[in-house]
Amino acid sequence: MKPAPFDYIPAASVAEAVAALAELGDGSKVLAGGQSLLPMMNFRLARPDALVDIGGLGELRGVQARERFIEVGALTRHLDLERTGVPGPLGSLLRSAGAQVGHLPIRTRGTFGGSVAHADPASEWCVLAALLDATMTVTSLAGTRTVAAADFFTTIFTTALEPDELLTAVTLPRLDESYRVAVVEFARRAGDFAIVAVMVACSVRNGVIGDARVCLGGVADRPVRSLAAESLLAGQPAGAAAFRAAADAAAAAVSPPADIHGSAGYRRDLVSVLLRRALERMAP
Amino acid sequence: MIGKPLRRVEDLPLLLGTGRFAADISLPGQAHLRVVRSPVPHGMLRGVDGRKALSMPGVIGVWSAADLDLGPIGFRMVAFPGMLPYRQPVLAAERVRYVGEPVAIVLADDPYRAEDAADLVELDIESLPPVLDQLQEPAQFDDQNDTEALLHEDGYGDVGAAFAAAPHVVELTVTVGRHTGVPLECRGALADYRPGAGTLDFYGAAKVPHQNRLLLAGLLGLPPQLVVLREAHVGGGFGVRGEVYPEDVLVCWASRLLGRPVKWIEDRNEHLLAANHSRDQVHRIRAAVLADGYITAIDDEFWLDQGAYVRTHAAAVPTLTASMLPGPYQIPAYRVRGHVRLTNKTPAGTYRAPGRYEGTFARERLIDAVASSLGKPAMEIRLSNFISPDQMPYARPMSALGTDLEYDSGDYALLVGKAQARFGLAELEHGLAARRALGEAVGMGCAFFVEKSGLGPYEAVRISVDQSGHIDIITGAGSMGQGFETVITQICAQELGVRPETIRVLHGQTDQIEHAMGAFASRLTVMAGSATLIAAQALREKALAAAARMLEASPRDLELSDGAVRVAGDPDTGISLAQISEALRPDQAARWGLEPSLTADGWHTTDHMCYPYGLHIAVVRVDAGTGQVIAERLLVAYDVGRAVNPMLVEGQIVGGAAQGLGGALLEEFRYDDAGHPQCTTFMDYLLPTRAEMPPVDVLITEDAPSPRNPLGVKGAGEGGTTAMGAAIAAAIDAALGVPLGVKELPVHPEAALRLAKAARRESTSEPGGA
Ligand SMILES: Cc1cc2nc3c(=O)[nH]c(=O)nc-3n(C[C@H](O)[C@H](O)[C@H](O)COP(=O)(O)OP(=O)(O)OC[C@H]3O[C@@H](n4cnc5c(N)ncnc54)[C@H](O)[C@@H]3O)c2cc1C
Repeated sequence: MKPAPFDYIPAASVAEAVAALAELGDGSKVLAGGQSLLPMMNFRLARPDALVDIGGLGELRGVQARERFIEVGALTRHLDLERTGVPGPLGSLLRSAGAQVGHLPIRTRGTFGGSVAHADPASEWCVLAALLDATMTVTSLAGTRTVAAADFFTTIFTTALEPDELLTAVTLPRLDESYRVAVVEFARRAGDFAIVAVMVACSVRNGVIGDARVCLGGVADRPVRSLAAESLLAGQPAGAAAFRAAADAAAAAVSPPADIHGSAGYRRDLVSVLLRRALERMAP
Repeated sequence: MIGKPLRRVEDLPLLLGTGRFAADISLPGQAHLRVVRSPVPHGMLRGVDGRKALSMPGVIGVWSAADLDLGPIGFRMVAFPGMLPYRQPVLAAERVRYVGEPVAIVLADDPYRAEDAADLVELDIESLPPVLDQLQEPAQFDDQNDTEALLHEDGYGDVGAAFAAAPHVVELTVTVGRHTGVPLECRGALADYRPGAGTLDFYGAAKVPHQNRLLLAGLLGLPPQLVVLREAHVGGGFGVRGEVYPEDVLVCWASRLLGRPVKWIEDRNEHLLAANHSRDQVHRIRAAVLADGYITAIDDEFWLDQGAYVRTHAAAVPTLTASMLPGPYQIPAYRVRGHVRLTNKTPAGTYRAPGRYEGTFARERLIDAVASSLGKPAMEIRLSNFISPDQMPYARPMSALGTDLEYDSGDYALLVGKAQARFGLAELEHGLAARRALGEAVGMGCAFFVEKSGLGPYEAVRISVDQSGHIDIITGAGSMGQGFETVITQICAQELGVRPETIRVLHGQTDQIEHAMGAFASRLTVMAGSATLIAAQALREKALAAAARMLEASPRDLELSDGAVRVAGDPDTGISLAQISEALRPDQAARWGLEPSLTADGWHTTDHMCYPYGLHIAVVRVDAGTGQVIAERLLVAYDVGRAVNPMLVEGQIVGGAAQGLGGALLEEFRYDDAGHPQCTTFMDYLLPTRAEMPPVDVLITEDAPSPRNPLGVKGAGEGGTTAMGAAIAAAIDAALGVPLGVKELPVHPEAALRLAKAARRESTSEPGGA
């Protein structure tokens, strides 16, 4: 449980970081909070030749509030978001998702951008990014580009990021006051990665659901929106009948993986139970 | 002093960060050892190629079985000759038998380089199909032997007749999964062979240093007295830590080969692959029952997954399983057949409450089954089958760990009554019923058990007082964090009338005392505690005799208190232990006509164990949507004979209960169909954390002191664990309203959900149901 040899390059600026990545090529990796990468290196599941440490780049940490959206810097810690003052339903969503990431020591070091780049299909931030159709801002020597969440998560632990690219920020749309949101997940112990995670954001006016967003983690090789559930919710009165129908449809539509923590069938059961709970509990 | 919750005397260095654990110890010039382990569960080892590794910087050498001239690792406990072929070689020679089996070693000047180089050692292994199920018919182990290493048969009475005559026969099959003790400190060893002197010092010993010295010296062909084992601070033992494993032998062998110190520190990944697994038993058990619930016979057959080899514990677990299974009940006739079967998994050994966690689960589930088939409360069945106090001492015609199984004392019904009153069980059950009526799946489950403790045959203690009055107590027994030093200090302080701060307990160093058994089987307070009392009494006599000469008084008129001897009723005559020690200096003692040195030895020997007992109660809630089982409260009533330090007894019980809960709900070593271990990190081997652990209420009673030792004490190390699995299982049944729903531990949420669904189907299909 000691990492294979590697070079260590602390970056003093974004420019320096992307220059280093460009020079080092395939064998290099960005080091952010280290809460996923370092365990993988200790198990020798990851053997980068070099680490480009972006931990010192203060400009990448923090939330910029704009009128229609917010921009979350890649180095924003999980704990920053658990305690964020972002108002409205988006703030609720960030706080309750943040509180469910790992344990306190992990939340103090782990970063939002690291989670998104790591692309664990059960990660809260990946589920949230897919739920809200986030936009990723990515920089390399070649310049800056943006990638939509739907195109970003390609498969398990894999994203659209090129080896020389740095994720600098993620843009999340603000949710207006009509939105009700909830994060519900199941893990065998407090702080473990969810076996299944469910996030919902539904606009409800006069008791009727408008825009309905349902995203599931832990049921596929990436976070997935449940189109089946969303279409059964939109336009329906926000109530038990629609919730049950959506939950059952979401469960029927997934084909989850199996592992020692739960069979595919069990995960499907969890989708139905957790989605129903999320819909019942959603709040501004 | 005895009976007081004295704060732990051993904590200060730990709190100051000056503790020294195995990894903290280093010697100049040490080399670092890394073990190359088999990546496959079963196969023929065709070759080990270390050439690439040898070319790496800092690498000293690569060695495999062909370079070694060492026999397999021997047995320390109850052994049968038939088990000898199944001992583990220090390095695999022709065959590898589990993922993680040591195949080669790499030595380097730095632990990182050793690990890098070990990665490059190439193993040529021809895979063979693995054996992964102890219920499968025995397969071939080697040319002469099959995979059933032992069929252990025991029992007494006419079981056949009892079953033939019984109006009711209740039968069930239950399983306890594969889990083990996981100390926070992984293993570690530093061996220092001195060429010329021919001595070998071994740091990082634990639990049983004297016994391990014999094993290691025997393997290496050294006289035991030239091998010194040294115990440092130990971050948890639980039965797992401190046995002789291949790595312990390898550091010694390598140090002798290189003539320099060799260090090996285990990482967590290795620990979960290499240190003993435990449990993993399937029991098919039946009871012959009379109409009133009296059990006339139990017939049990069990299958134990021993893993790839039989390690130092030999037959300890199966024989303890067999002999302790009848527990607190009379059971006039009993038959047990235990199959110890080898598979291609990490070898198994003892873990806190070995054999009893499993046997208690089987027996208490059987009691619940009897109760449900007769429509009676389970506690009523228990009460009507208990061995009664007037039957004590109660001899069951069997043996346990080589001793006659004779329960020394106990009043089981009294403990049940006290627990019911103290914990308010009737009100508790009432409250749970009210919550169930509102739709919550909550329930309470109970399980009763008898533990064993204080295994002999001996333990020795030497007490000496220096010229400042400071007292050293020397014992070879080990301390793994359980509070051993505190307990020994209390016993000595009480007998000598001295302050605990003047006492130091030295333990686990084989060059300080010739003989010791060690720290296992909840034996130390009984054995080393009694030896301490006996040594302190002898020292007291010696001090009084000396003071009598010095004061020209009769020893009968003297008393020892506050570290000084006085003439009774004359506070001004005080002569301190320091002064007595000074007077007994070798050049002074003759003046008084006394043996020099204020020192005394004490031995406690016994042929029998003592048998504490207890009641575990669990209150759980099941999330009927996810199947998650949430333990809301755990209650433990335990009769320990006499509690030298009730705070430490409680600490042992709470920690033990957490491990019992872990085995019931979370912890399990799983293997895939190809025999690859699935739980080799803390992401997949789930230990309970603070969040999963509810408060534990502990009731300690002292109603049945042991007549078998001068203190009346019984052991407290394992009684927090023993019946927790059975109690939690019963609580889940109660929560879901499914009698005997839980037959398998750990209870995965998926399994609980299946039960919950079955219960819902049952209740909705009931005619006239709501
Ligand atoms: C015990 C434990 C429990 C955990 N539980 C949870 C949980 O419940 N939910 C959860 O979501 N996570 C959990 N985690 C993971 C944790 O949230 C990590 O912090 C997170 O996955 C990665 O963020 P990091 O900043 O630590 O990234 P690192 O570990 O430093 O990096 C992770 C990966 O992302 C890449 N990377 C990082 N930043 C960038 C960037 N800006 N641009 C490009 N690539 C980048 C790295 O190269 C690496 O491949 C847990 C971790 C542990 C150890």
